[in-house]
Amino acid sequence: MRILLDHFSKSFGSVRVIDDMTLEIKDGEMLALLGPSGCGKSTTLFAICGIHKVTSGRILFGDRDVTNVSSQERNVGVVFQSYALYPHMTVRENIAFPLRIRSLPEAEIKRLVNEMAGLVHIGSLLDRRPAELSGGQQQRVALARALVRRPNVLLLDEPLANLDAKLRLEMRSEIRRIQLETGITAILVTHDQVEAMSMCDRIAIMNNGQIIQIATPQEMYRNPRTAFVAGFLGNPPIAFIDAVARDGMLAVENADIRLPIPREADRVPEGTPVVVGIRPENLGTEGDAAIRGRVSFIETQGRENLYDITLANGKVLRSIQRVRDDVSLHDEVEWRVRSDQLFLFAQNGERL
Amino acid sequence: MTGHLKSWPFVLALSIISAPIVLMYSYLFIDTITNSPPGSFIPHEFTLEHWRFLWETRPGKPSIWRVTLNSFLFASSSCLVVLVVSSTAGYVLSRLNVPGRAFFLAGVMVLHAFPAVTLIVAIFLVLQMVGLYNSLIGVILVKAAIDMPLGIWIMKGFYDTVPWEIEMAGIADGASRFTVWRKLVLPQVKPGLFALGLFAFLLGWSEFILPQVLAPGGDVQVLSVYLAGLIADDNNFDMAMFKSVGLFYIAPVLILFLFFQKYLMNIYGGGTKG
Repeated sequence: MRILLDHFSKSFGSVRVIDDMTLEIKDGEMLALLGPSGCGKSTTLFAICGIHKVTSGRILFGDRDVTNVSSQERNVGVVFQSYALYPHMTVRENIAFPLRIRSLPEAEIKRLVNEMAGLVHIGSLLDRRPAELSGGQQQRVALARALVRRPNVLLLDEPLANLDAKLRLEMRSEIRRIQLETGITAILVTHDQVEAMSMCDRIAIMNNGQIIQIATPQEMYRNPRTAFVAGFLGNPPIAFIDAVARDGMLAVENADIRLPIPREADRVPEGTPVVVGIRPENLGTEGDAAIRGRVSFIETQGRENLYDITLANGKVLRSIQRVRDDVSLHDEVEWRVRSDQLFLFAQNGERL
Repeated sequence: MTGHLKSWPFVLALSIISAPIVLMYSYLFIDTITNSPPGSFIPHEFTLEHWRFLWETRPGKPSIWRVTLNSFLFASSSCLVVLVVSSTAGYVLSRLNVPGRAFFLAGVMVLHAFPAVTLIVAIFLVLQMVGLYNSLIGVILVKAAIDMPLGIWIMKGFYDTVPWEIEMAGIADGASRFTVWRKLVLPQVKPGLFALGLFAFLLGWSEFILPQVLAPGGDVQVLSVYLAGLIADDNNFDMAMFKSVGLFYIAPVLILFLFFQKYLMNIYGGGTKG
């Protein structure tokens, strides 16, 4: 079902948490609300499921205005970070709870619970209690409980935050598989850009209660709208250096580095101070511009190494490359960067 | 084995110190089924005459069975009222954003700090006025009202430990607020409810001053009042029978303690789930 937030605002007392947000989630899509903690993403989620009342604006499920509809009647499935399973009930009773509330016939409940348990692969655990399950299994139960009543929308509030690294990887693809198989519109709230990029069709990146950019993960990575977006996506993260436009080139202060202006950037007036963003994977052996510096740190990652290069002005750039034996700590290096891979931002963070 | 050897001086010291208590308790029991010659502690004959109050009602006194029934009615009814009020009021104070919540919490605390006996004249007058003086219902209501503040605070503490997410999940699952409380939250605080129930029952069972003042009549007497009446009766003073009735009075309490001590411990442990 299509979900539309129409000029939605939310205040707590005098604090405005969300300011005039308009966001459309398409039918069957999985959308990530990505942002640092305190940016209002969970508030948005709770407004959609009806736990928070909206201060102004509308929320539409399909064509139905649910702004003043109670949480119980919105039919949203929520998976909480702590899973919020009912500890005194078995897995079977947990999954059946939303159906019992709707007074479905017992045979129908049984059929639906079994079907859902099969989908999330917990068929053998139905008679256990939540305390007897591992984190990943609890997560599956929570998913099953949220999905069993065919919700209009599935809301996932940091669903992977409580899992260890290996399980997180497994559940990431599991949640996506289940979402695709059921075709239910889903919203994932997370502060982890890897989760957002790997699981979702589109990402809405938020900061200070506002959506900065909505795009597919690939598009957002290639074409960030602001320095904040560029800094949030990518691991290891992008590095920024200050530069000034001079003679049609970008001159880095006190570092004897001159970079060509990227083609897609609007013409930059002479003397404009800018911020240049360079992703670690774009600094290395290929490119049309040179960057000189000293290797100040090497982090081994197995297949690749992450090199920190300190420029003459003290700024640090990062480069990720195949492990190479010809570079060691404290070496002076001259590496290359492709000018069409540079991001140019104004001082206020807007992309140029 | 060395552990036993090392600890024997402590065991000995503790035994000596607690010997008077042990002696007291054993004589409480021994005296009820024996007679001793005057001036001696050593019993010389076995007898059940001190327990005769069980089968014969003494003139001017109500039947022991009637009194026991009253005690049960009194303790269990006030316990029930405390449970019903505390389990709902505690939830409201813990979870719902009601106006005057802080005031209520503080007020409940102050009420708990009030010794019941200071209010007894006022309560007496009120009961007299509404016509509940010398009735079980009146004294049950008073007892429940006095125990309630503690119960509400205890239940609020237990509710505070139940995660919010469980309630939010229940509401998103389509359950009404009442169903969420009844089906999802109440089961989480069951240990607290159990402990409080037991606690309230025992408080009611051992209550003396309220029934003594507010319900002294023969038909509505409870065991504590009956027992006090035995000492007050100077004409036929019977120490051994007093002890027997005392034993009869505390037996249900002992049995409850034996079976449910684990729940009683719970009330002091806060609401953490075991």
